[in-house]
Amino acid sequence: MAVGVKVVNRPGSLAQQAYLPAIAEGLGVTFRHFVKNFFGNVTGNRKKTDIATMEYPEEKMKYPERNRGLHRLMLRDDGQVRCVACMMCPTVCPAHCITIVPEEAPDGRIEKRPMIFEIDELRCVVCGLCVEACPCDAIRMDTLDHAKPTYRRVDAILDKEELMSRGIQSTAVQGGVGAFWRERVGGQPQTPPAGAVVPAGAPHGPTPLRDHGHK
Amino acid sequence: MEYGSLAFQALAATIKIVFMILGFLMPLASILTWMERRESAMMQDRLGPNRANIGPFKLWGITHFMADAVKFLFKEDFVPPKAHKFLFMWAPIMAMAPALIVAAIIPFGPPLCWNELLEKNPVCGQPINLQIAQLDVGLLFYFAISSLAVYGATLAGWASHNKWAMMGGLRATSQMMSYEVTMGMAVLGSFLVYGTLEPGAIVAQQTHIFSLGHYHSSWGIFLQPAGFVLFLTAAIAETKRTPFDIPEGEPEIIGYFVEYSGLRFGMFFLGEFLEIVVSSAIMITLFFGGYHWGNTIDNALLSHLPNFVFVLAMFGLWTVKVFAFCGFQLMIRWSLPRFRSDQLMRLGWQRLLPISIANVVATALVVLWAQQ
Ligand code: SF4
Ligand code: SF4
Repeated sequence: MAVGVKVVNRPGSLAQQAYLPAIAEGLGVTFRHFVKNFFGNVTGNRKKTDIATMEYPEEKMKYPERNRGLHRLMLRDDGQVRCVACMMCPTVCPAHCITIVPEEAPDGRIEKRPMIFEIDELRCVVCGLCVEACPCDAIRMDTLDHAKPTYRRVDAILDKEELMSRGIQSTAVQGGVGAFWRERVGGQPQTPPAGAVVPAGAPHGPTPLRDHGHK
Repeated sequence: MEYGSLAFQALAATIKIVFMILGFLMPLASILTWMERRESAMMQDRLGPNRANIGPFKLWGITHFMADAVKFLFKEDFVPPKAHKFLFMWAPIMAMAPALIVAAIIPFGPPLCWNELLEKNPVCGQPINLQIAQLDVGLLFYFAISSLAVYGATLAGWASHNKWAMMGGLRATSQMMSYEVTMGMAVLGSFLVYGTLEPGAIVAQQTHIFSLGHYHSSWGIFLQPAGFVLFLTAAIAETKRTPFDIPEGEPEIIGYFVEYSGLRFGMFFLGEFLEIVVSSAIMITLFFGGYHWGNTIDNALLSHLPNFVFVLAMFGLWTVKVFAFCGFQLMIRWSLPRFRSDQLMRLGWQRLLPISIANVVATALVVLWAQQ
């Protein structure tokens, strides 16, 4: 036969070649784990075991703080939707899953607001670009929840009311702080220059731009 | 009914057979299917299947084996169009039956004294042996029948009309044939020590756990430690489980039962666990004193309990032993990596066989020396 066989010599001590000591050692390791987990489990003391299993529906893994989860629409101080229908997020969305139909807002200072705001969570790739794109902290993905399974595809499309139901008031100052944001972040209270339009309700003094819930 | 009459013997045998199969082997093998998953999970820091329940009774998920059976029942029973229908049908039975038949020679308790059921320390004039068949060829019968199990695997592989199944069947054949030789040699040592092949008589001798004075009546593990290791290795190889699961490598040939589905696959599955139970029972018989728990405990039980309670207690202790040994086999299966086919053959023929022959020769010399 033309097939060459290369014999690899693996010298080893008799104990290694007899397998038995290594087998006994291996059995010892597994047996230690078994005893520890078994008795911890039987006595109902999961803390004392090494078991890593999460019993899912009863126990849930807490998502990390920066997890991108289900979307929500933030609210104004008066509970209205914060979105101004600027169309940034549907434009940037790589999955084309945001549908916005704008309408005129009754409040003349706001101009636009969404009449329809729908996100198809089945098509969403959870990239978070919509959150990055939004100029006024109107859309967020920090619900620490994931899209729920549904029986029908259509149920996975979230409408404006549902998105707003998870919303809270943003800590970002409504209407922005205009040209003075640098000073505000720097913590220097400043009187606006003469002639500047200060939006109503804009507080003075240093304000944290966002509250991430950090400890 | 008169003791010793034909009708009496037939009835006793029937009761013993029904009890052994339906009351012991099948339930234990079924529970092992669950226990294997649970035990391996505990060894790997997981939880394992713990959900199946009957109403509020969860019992750590022990009813998973029932859920499995129901699932197997409702699965499609697929027969490949080109398969050999008859052999395809019979192969699972051929794989499962030998384990059940072999159980006939296993003694599972001390003799029951028919006319002195309620007496302590009976004379035992009319004993009923708790062993289905008392064969003088005992262990030879075990080899003869358990080697038939290879037909199950081979025929399954051949009848499926599938190349992978065929390979699996061939591998099973070569493996089981190789390891049977070692197994026979390993038992020969025990035969030399105890001077009989009849399992009942072998167990009856092992009354002491270990005593130098009565070395003939010590447990086999102390008289034949090498024999035990050899037999254990060969027995695991016979059950075709890791580390010797060459016939069923999932990433390469899947196995001889690749074409089987539903309840037929379930029979292969259960057959494997039956083999574990039976081989554990045989090892308990040969090397761990069968139903005996050492002189002191045995005598205390015998003199303080009515005979039938004593027998029940000994049977219970025997069950504990068998169960623990099954657990040990599962532990081996989940601890060791698997051999390659050529390594398996080398281990069988070049290592185990010479060692087992040396063990027989050494045992024979020691026995000869002790007799003089
Ligand atoms: S997370 Fe990405 S894909 Fe999902 S809606 Fe936002 S931009 Fe679109
Ligand atoms: S980017 Fe923000 S404000 Fe603009 S449409 Fe989207 S959610 Fe509304």
